[in-house]
Amino acid sequence: MADYSILIGGKAGDGVNRAGQVIAKIFTRLGFFSYMYYDYPSLIRGGHNYAVVRVADHPVGGCREGIDVLLALDSTTLRRHKTFVRNDAVILYNSDLVHDAEGTAIPLLSIITEEEGSPVMANTCLIGAFCKSIGLEWNFVEEVLRLELPHEVEKNLRIARRGYGAVPVEMRPEFLHLAQKGGDKILLTGNEAIALGMVAAGLDGYVAYPMSPATGILHYMAEIAEEAGVTVIHPESEIAAMNMVAGMVYGGFRAATGTAGGGFNLMVEGLSMAAMAELPVTVVLAQRIGPSTGTPTYTAQEDLNYAIYAGNGEFPRFIFAPGDAGQAYECAGHALRLSWKYQVPSLILTDKTLAEGTYTVEPSTLPELIPAQAITRIGPVEEYRRYSDSEDGISPYAIPGDGSVTIKVNSKTHRPDGISTDTPEGIAGCIDKQMRKLPAMRQEVSDLRPVIIYGNPDAEICLLCWGSNAPLCREVAGRLGIKAVQPLVMWPFPAGEVSDAVGDSWMVISVEDNYAGQLADLARHHGIRVDLHIPKYDGRPHSIDGLVELLWGVVA
Amino acid sequence: MNPSFITDAQNTWCLGCGNFALQHAIKDVIFGLIKDGTPRESIVLVAGIGCHGKIADYLNISTFYSLHGRAIAVATGIKLANPDLTVICSVGDGDTYAEGLAHLIFAAKRNIDITVIVHNNRVYGLTKGQYTPTSPGKYHGKSTPRGISDDPPFNPVEILLCSGCGFIARGYTRRQEELTGLIHDAIVHRGFSVVDTLQICASFLDMTDMYNERVYVPDGHNPEDFAAACMIAREWDYDSDGPIALGTIYRKNIPTYESRFRVPQKSDVEKARSVDKIMRERS
Repeated sequence: MADYSILIGGKAGDGVNRAGQVIAKIFTRLGFFSYMYYDYPSLIRGGHNYAVVRVADHPVGGCREGIDVLLALDSTTLRRHKTFVRNDAVILYNSDLVHDAEGTAIPLLSIITEEEGSPVMANTCLIGAFCKSIGLEWNFVEEVLRLELPHEVEKNLRIARRGYGAVPVEMRPEFLHLAQKGGDKILLTGNEAIALGMVAAGLDGYVAYPMSPATGILHYMAEIAEEAGVTVIHPESEIAAMNMVAGMVYGGFRAATGTAGGGFNLMVEGLSMAAMAELPVTVVLAQRIGPSTGTPTYTAQEDLNYAIYAGNGEFPRFIFAPGDAGQAYECAGHALRLSWKYQVPSLILTDKTLAEGTYTVEPSTLPELIPAQAITRIGPVEEYRRYSDSEDGISPYAIPGDGSVTIKVNSKTHRPDGISTDTPEGIAGCIDKQMRKLPAMRQEVSDLRPVIIYGNPDAEICLLCWGSNAPLCREVAGRLGIKAVQPLVMWPFPAGEVSDAVGDSWMVISVEDNYAGQLADLARHHGIRVDLHIPKYDGRPHSIDGLVELLWGVVA
Repeated sequence: MNPSFITDAQNTWCLGCGNFALQHAIKDVIFGLIKDGTPRESIVLVAGIGCHGKIADYLNISTFYSLHGRAIAVATGIKLANPDLTVICSVGDGDTYAEGLAHLIFAAKRNIDITVIVHNNRVYGLTKGQYTPTSPGKYHGKSTPRGISDDPPFNPVEILLCSGCGFIARGYTRRQEELTGLIHDAIVHRGFSVVDTLQICASFLDMTDMYNERVYVPDGHNPEDFAAACMIAREWDYDSDGPIALGTIYRKNIPTYESRFRVPQKSDVEKARSVDKIMRERS
């Protein structure tokens, strides 16, 4: 089984993220599955950034211990990661900055100076050297670089070629001993997958204020705006974003926003309004660690409770929690579609690990998403009532200018015609009508098959996980011969399906990137036993081996 | 007047409230727009929260009764989704000059083609008499019993001029015909437009005599002259006793936000095809 880890590190501004992406791309084109974890502090220049690219012949969504190839743009990278490299690891380092190190010296700065390249091109040079060290043909390398480095192509290629030439022999040729087929595999970050999933489901507008780790959606959406037909707006605040989305939705746009916990704090006011006004808004909540500003660039799964309970008053909502890019694509589509079908808010919970992690996806395996479409075309009617009641609580959704109807949408408790009310019957009626959607929403969740079982379904030990921990737990379960259960929908909580999936395991262990065990509590609240919670709240995701080690005491 | 422009909702404004005059003016303008060919269903009124907001319940047209301070953000979203709509915001002074100030300034900066009518009674009415950003310095509100003289009011007209607003007018509810004309001009102006409307609060701040004495329409003012607009805006700072100019203070044609930032719509099939194409290009 092929399974390699390549680490590239340097300072912020050295193009570490891009270099990691290119390496992941090289392997994806070779037919492997890649996963890239990107670690960086919140600063623009300097500091220490690194990317770990895990390459395997099976789908991966997490890192393991041990480094097979260490690519060091600076001395910090060598110092910080040298103890984690394997005995037979390949080490390539920038010999213009690092002296007397073990490994192969590549004079990156001298090469770029000679080729009149910019400092950031050191990463191109190192990629060239890396490709030679694992025995890739230059023609193939050139082909990938041409696609991946579209600016100053010839100079980049010259520099990569110099790096390639600086490595005397191939050092880890077994990298290429694996069966390789290109296929249609592509690389997507969680953020990109969400953007594409929403577009596939018919998104018309995306309004967001930058905040890590959700910013990638805004950037990517802006990049593909014209091609995708999505109006992308960066307004003055998250408050404006949420309210603009509500306005767009009233105007007939399928619209969404995205943010992290701190920005979501500001959006909650608008979220409640959307709920009361029965406007289908979709919010991506990309979690990062800590209350308040927390740690901007590190991961957590701390906002599950918040997502479930966010907003004043009581109202129905959908919450999805994908675990990798493929699931993110799918969940984004479902969130948009179901939000429109039921005219309720939907949330997509991601975390830094997923949002900014890069995953190999096979597009052919992605489900075809059905575009969100719940606008009832209103003909000339005598009287249209925006909130007219029905058996399932869903009213006809008309948009202004569509037919000759008056549409009164209201953030206050309202009558079926949208006019404010404060009578006892009026208030209770307004709530009854909205809550009547719940049984059908629960059924809709069940129809999605919202719980996934990994590993050995008959095992007596069961991991309960959600979000980006799911691919890790899948691998861990496989390795230990146990079971892992992942609810993909967190609300309405698929209690029956989770309970069935957990079965009569004699030990249920929740693995979550939080202190409290929020999924564990949610499960317990629904009568599902959880015996142990394995918390992680240092901003870093578990490693596969780390998790296996933690479980050994329990499982063995 | 078509009686169906008023809903069956019970009107709960105080006797003598300036909102009545504003509602009549807005209704008259909408009636006129429809007579001139604007489809009734393409007119949308967005309200904030406060006494003014009740206009959303009272007017029988499409409305979005939004949140305190957020009407302009909501209206921006509506206009982006459908630029063919005529989008009017009714907002309060507490509403839009306090919680909603950022949205107001940014909408002016962007020049989104919506019209904001500020029901400026210079006091919080519905929460019973606290001061707003435009309350006179001598005002003693329930939350500021010692007054706010060290905290002088904003001059919203000046703020809007500084923010790049392309249409600013000041109206007064006791000059009904003039007010109707200003609201009409603001709506037909292509771009962001604001009518700061002086109205009294019959319960907490009745400034009828003060306004009646001081309002005037400047002779020969050229609203396209920015310097002249600034002069007029500064004559009265919403606190002192200066003359209060009414009418269109400033007007300039600027490309609208929606014409600059809205991308052409695509059908669902085209969107799915775009996603396919993007994925294929990435493999």
